Amino acid sequence: MDVAGGGGMKPVVVARRLAVGYGTRVVLTDVDTYLEPGGSVALVGSNGSGKSTLLKTFAGLIRPLDGGLEILGAAPGRATREVAYLSQYHREGLALPIRAIDVVRMARFDQRGRLSRRQSVDDQAVADGMRRMGVEHLAERAMRDLSGGQQQRVYLAQVLARRSRLLLLDEPTSGLDAPGRALYLEAMEAERARGAVIVSATHDVGEASECERVMLLAGRVVADGPPAVVLTPENLLATFGVGLTHVDGRLVVTEHTHDHDH
Amino acid sequence: MEIVGPLVDTFFRPFLDNSFMQRALLAGVLVAVVCAIVGTYVVLRGLAFIGDALAHGVLPGVAGSVIFGFSSLLGAAIGAGVMIGGVSLVTKRSKLSSDTAIGLLFVGLLAAGVVMVSSSDRLTGDIDAILFGEFLGVDSADIIVLAVALLAVLSVVVWSYRPFAVMCFDPDLARAMGYRADIHHRVMLVLVAATIVVSFQSVGSLLVFGMLLGPAGAGALIARRIGVMMVWAAVIGSVSVYLGLVISYHWDWAAGASVVVVAVAFFFAVLVVVEVRRSWTSRAVAA
Repeated sequence: MDVAGGGGMKPVVVARRLAVGYGTRVVLTDVDTYLEPGGSVALVGSNGSGKSTLLKTFAGLIRPLDGGLEILGAAPGRATREVAYLSQYHREGLALPIRAIDVVRMARFDQRGRLSRRQSVDDQAVADGMRRMGVEHLAERAMRDLSGGQQQRVYLAQVLARRSRLLLLDEPTSGLDAPGRALYLEAMEAERARGAVIVSATHDVGEASECERVMLLAGRVVADGPPAVVLTPENLLATFGVGLTHVDGRLVVTEHTHDHDH
Repeated sequence: MEIVGPLVDTFFRPFLDNSFMQRALLAGVLVAVVCAIVGTYVVLRGLAFIGDALAHGVLPGVAGSVIFGFSSLLGAAIGAGVMIGGVSLVTKRSKLSSDTAIGLLFVGLLAAGVVMVSSSDRLTGDIDAILFGEFLGVDSADIIVLAVALLAVLSVVVWSYRPFAVMCFDPDLARAMGYRADIHHRVMLVLVAATIVVSFQSVGSLLVFGMLLGPAGAGALIARRIGVMMVWAAVIGSVSVYLGLVISYHWDWAAGASVVVVAVAFFFAVLVVVEVRRSWTSRAVAA
């Protein structure tokens, strides 16, 4: 599916002076962003900075508190078939009896009616997602018997199997080993090449550097732009509250300045 | 051949000789299958507390039906409806956690039921039947009600299988995919309520809770798929009904309680087997 093709580049995400939060509690304000097909932005910030809240708002899980937001030309939560969402929290660690392949197949549920059978395009999307994340051999295994990293790969395979135009990923590389990270970055590159937009929340500056843009968050947008411009020691200090520098894709603490309470 | 006779006498004769045992077995298997399907979601969605509360909440409804002379099924349904509506209202209005709302309505309705029972002469003796059921007294009408309930529950679960599965996996994902998680959650609660309402006459309103949790809990430990978990739960529940009735017949134990004791014992037996197998496997891997 070439979502970038056709008549012009319609924006996938447009936010204007957006404020997000829960109920009356504002978590993040003044977000302005414009994402075209093939774009990617990494949301970087410490715990409580508003990364997950912004993703949830884009996914239509919580309402914007103020400002304007359009997802694929509509209000958030409307174009759900075109959006893939990866949350940090999954229940199946507790008791859910489910195989890896069943988790990936869920990606296609809303593409079909409630009772209609899977079609070959669904099976292809599922097989393709599992192959790209290197988990085909785990297909029949129960999720509860997999390691945390293997489970994360399966969740990412589910995201890929949706073949969506907008990928909203909360801590996508959490628990992944180096080969897993490499597969993830390769898959995201391919997703962007077919025109999908990727918005990911991450603590991993190396992963953020691979994105077209980085948005540093600390209850507000500290900086927004290409990684090389945004990931400066000054901006990182304003974002994390401690002196940090970016060395070979990793954040290194250089000085403590003040207590950080985000 | 000498062993065959006693075996037949022990395990089959009670059902061959007594029509009340045949009806009890049929009703029990229907209850087991309904509870297996609904109990699967009770276990996977963590609805045990609201399930317990619903099981107690039907008491004043049934007591009211005896006092005012209308169908006990309707009375139980009213009790369950008040419980679900009350929990939803208190949670929404007070911003308190659903645990608090469930607990308040649970104890409030139970107390109201006990007050009604204690103040009415007509209910003397009925309280045991409400709470612990009258397995051996079920009639054809009860069996028809259970069969209709099974068909209804099956239809709803088949229709909602996909959104229910995603909700068990991750409620946020279900919403992001466009499924109305709030509506599906309420549908699950209605299924739990309906199961309790139609089952209380056989297993009793308290003991049906054991049939919801025991077999489904054991199924969760064994299965790798939600559908397979339901099948295991149905098999374990049905075997529990059969063995419970056999035990009750020979030892004169209360039938409903015997069935539930077997069902819960099954859960712990499966837990032990799974744990032993797991430690055996990890020891083999380490070696």
